[in-house]
Amino acid sequence: MTLSLRVPEPNGRPGDAPDFSHLKLDVAGAVDRPPVDARPVQMLDLAFRLVRVLDDEGQAVGPWNPRLEPETLKKGLRAMILTRAFDDRMHRAHRQGKTSFYMKCTGEEAIAVAQGMILSREDMGFPTYRQQGLLIARGYPLVAMMNQIYSNASDPVKGRQLPIMYSAKDYGFFTISGNLGTQVPQSVGWAMASAYKGDDKIAISWIGDGATAEGDFHNALTFAAVYRAPVILNIVNNQWAISSFQGIAGGNETTFASKAIGYGLPSLRVDGNDFLAVWAATQWAEERARTNQGATVIELFTYRGAPHSTSDDPGRYRPGDEHEKWPLGDPIERLRQHLTLIGEWDDEQHASALKAAVEEVRLAGKEAEAIGTLGQSRPSVKEMFEDVYATEDWRLTEQRREVGV
Amino acid sequence: MADIYSEADRNNEIGPDMADHTPETLDAPETDLSATAPMNMIQALNAAIDIKMVEDGNVLSFGEDTGYFGGVFRVTDKLQQKHGLTRSFDAPISECGIVAAAIGMGAYGLRPVVEIQFADYIYPAYDQIVSEAAKLRYRSGGEFTSPIVVRSPYGGGIFGGQTHSQSPESLFTHVAGLKVVIPSNPRDAKGLLISSIEDDDPVIFFEPKRLYNGPFDGWHQKPVSPWKSQAEAQVPTGKYNIPLGQAAVVREGSDVTVLCYGTMVWVSLAGAEHAGVDAEVIDLRTLVPLDIETIEASVRKTGRCVIVHEAPKTSGYGAELSALVQERCFYHLEAPILRVTGWDTPYPHAFEWEYFPGPERVAEALKSVMTGGR
Repeated sequence: MTLSLRVPEPNGRPGDAPDFSHLKLDVAGAVDRPPVDARPVQMLDLAFRLVRVLDDEGQAVGPWNPRLEPETLKKGLRAMILTRAFDDRMHRAHRQGKTSFYMKCTGEEAIAVAQGMILSREDMGFPTYRQQGLLIARGYPLVAMMNQIYSNASDPVKGRQLPIMYSAKDYGFFTISGNLGTQVPQSVGWAMASAYKGDDKIAISWIGDGATAEGDFHNALTFAAVYRAPVILNIVNNQWAISSFQGIAGGNETTFASKAIGYGLPSLRVDGNDFLAVWAATQWAEERARTNQGATVIELFTYRGAPHSTSDDPGRYRPGDEHEKWPLGDPIERLRQHLTLIGEWDDEQHASALKAAVEEVRLAGKEAEAIGTLGQSRPSVKEMFEDVYATEDWRLTEQRREVGV
Repeated sequence: MADIYSEADRNNEIGPDMADHTPETLDAPETDLSATAPMNMIQALNAAIDIKMVEDGNVLSFGEDTGYFGGVFRVTDKLQQKHGLTRSFDAPISECGIVAAAIGMGAYGLRPVVEIQFADYIYPAYDQIVSEAAKLRYRSGGEFTSPIVVRSPYGGGIFGGQTHSQSPESLFTHVAGLKVVIPSNPRDAKGLLISSIEDDDPVIFFEPKRLYNGPFDGWHQKPVSPWKSQAEAQVPTGKYNIPLGQAAVVREGSDVTVLCYGTMVWVSLAGAEHAGVDAEVIDLRTLVPLDIETIEASVRKTGRCVIVHEAPKTSGYGAELSALVQERCFYHLEAPILRVTGWDTPYPHAFEWEYFPGPERVAEALKSVMTGGR
């Protein structure tokens, strides 16, 4: 027999009809909720199932229902709406030449918003570039985000970073790196430090399905398990790593959640478009971490609705209407449906929430643009030489003078 | 690998009076430098970490085999027994994970001192060091910093072959945001490591492993001498700092300036003696930040410069030093600047002494610059 090399391919390419028939999706309420002190070996099946709370009619069902107050749900819905409005505005700003780059999180809003609401600002989040919802849910000023995106004179990171690479320590948001996966073992180290000091803070990190192939991810899981670090390790499986479908990262061989099993870590696989399921799973992992029971891995099963970035065109590698056909729907529409069903929301309220979000973003945009868009305004060139070290050394002094700043 | 450690031990016997010496660091007043004890470099480094762990609860140490066992070179010996399991512990064999965890701890507010067992193993951590530790302060607008120390034994002369002998310092001096420190004797090692731990920026601290147990001048056929016969092994028992960025003139001279660091300080001294040249030997101690003033003053005085390092020649730190001296002292130079370095080959096992820059090669370069160079 001759050997043959297998290269995985997705079910659909441009021109094909989207096909999600291979997905085995549990119905809402079908998956058991283990006690928070369950041993990982007692809950192996959860890495292959899908925790869901909201059913197709919008009812919250099953043991994972977090039974949230309507006000909490509304706050989450508004934050998701605001996140999407912000994305739309900044995507447009890129088209208008106001910035060089932008990345939307369309379809993934429930993840960062819910998790940002559950954890506190004193906990530390180690995000990828698609957790802007966390900043927005915590009330970080939209203007500051825009100033960063425009690299203008008020840019909090002083013109040094690609747009959307925010840093917001006071909001529990670690400086974003463009090198994928590096933040995950760092989050474990931060959590180890908190445990070392006898603190009560925990860490949370995110990584995409694609970057789980990086060694950093596996190093992180080893350290998290060995030192029982109080950290929540999220894998946001949005199906696409730029143009590579999740099968290129090994997603066809096993679930991403199941990667945790070999490290002896508990793992949950969760409907990432279900605000209540994300909330419940995160709360489970949070309680585990805060009670010194260590780390939890959560795979958040979702779909990247937008291009990878403004430099990407998904029409060249995936069926055009895949997002519309995604069987887990849209996180905003699903939470809206639930709130409507329980009599806490209606179309009028939704329309006015959308309008309010657009207006809030518009006002912030006006303020940021008054300072300046990319190229119109920027921090002092002196900032190029600051913060390389705590104290500038003679080389930097000489080079700064050469530039004349 | 076990053979490597025993080879090092055979080459550098620890004197019986030093082997069991436990530095008495606790009772000594902070700045009293008069109370000294003989220490080899391992003991001096151990004392530095110990002092900082006593003084600052945010200092902790981890790495491969560094906990209970105290490290394959014993630098963290007894720190776990003294300070407890959570302050000095073993890490998985994952250099990336070790440095990444240290970065996370640093961001939290700790001052981790981690060990990479051999500098040759540091590459899996390279992304975390270069893209992360070095850049946190800059990219976050000063919100997050990385006050970590990455310690690692480096360099040759121990028959370690290519995976236990490398000198990768220029891979780090090239990176904005890192500091690079290399001591050449016990007294400096302690003071420099204390300063590195207290530094608010990431420090790559390379320890010349051939010097751990005794000075080595490159005359490898001669019997080895332990540290105890050296003035530099009389180490103050209390706390003291040697600031980063200050070179040491270890031999004053008027003919030629020799720029070197680590093991090559001793080789350069032997080379000057062998050549009969009145060399001014400068131990850089810190590559970044570099003490350019001391270098310039010396080269202006001597008019000649030879640079000595173990690392390969091409793009080695000597290239940077040569360029700096040329840019700043050209009109004072009476001969071309020469470099004595390792060859542009991987570090070979059976050809250790053909590869390792020894005193004869240094002497040859010194004589060459004295006659106008090549």
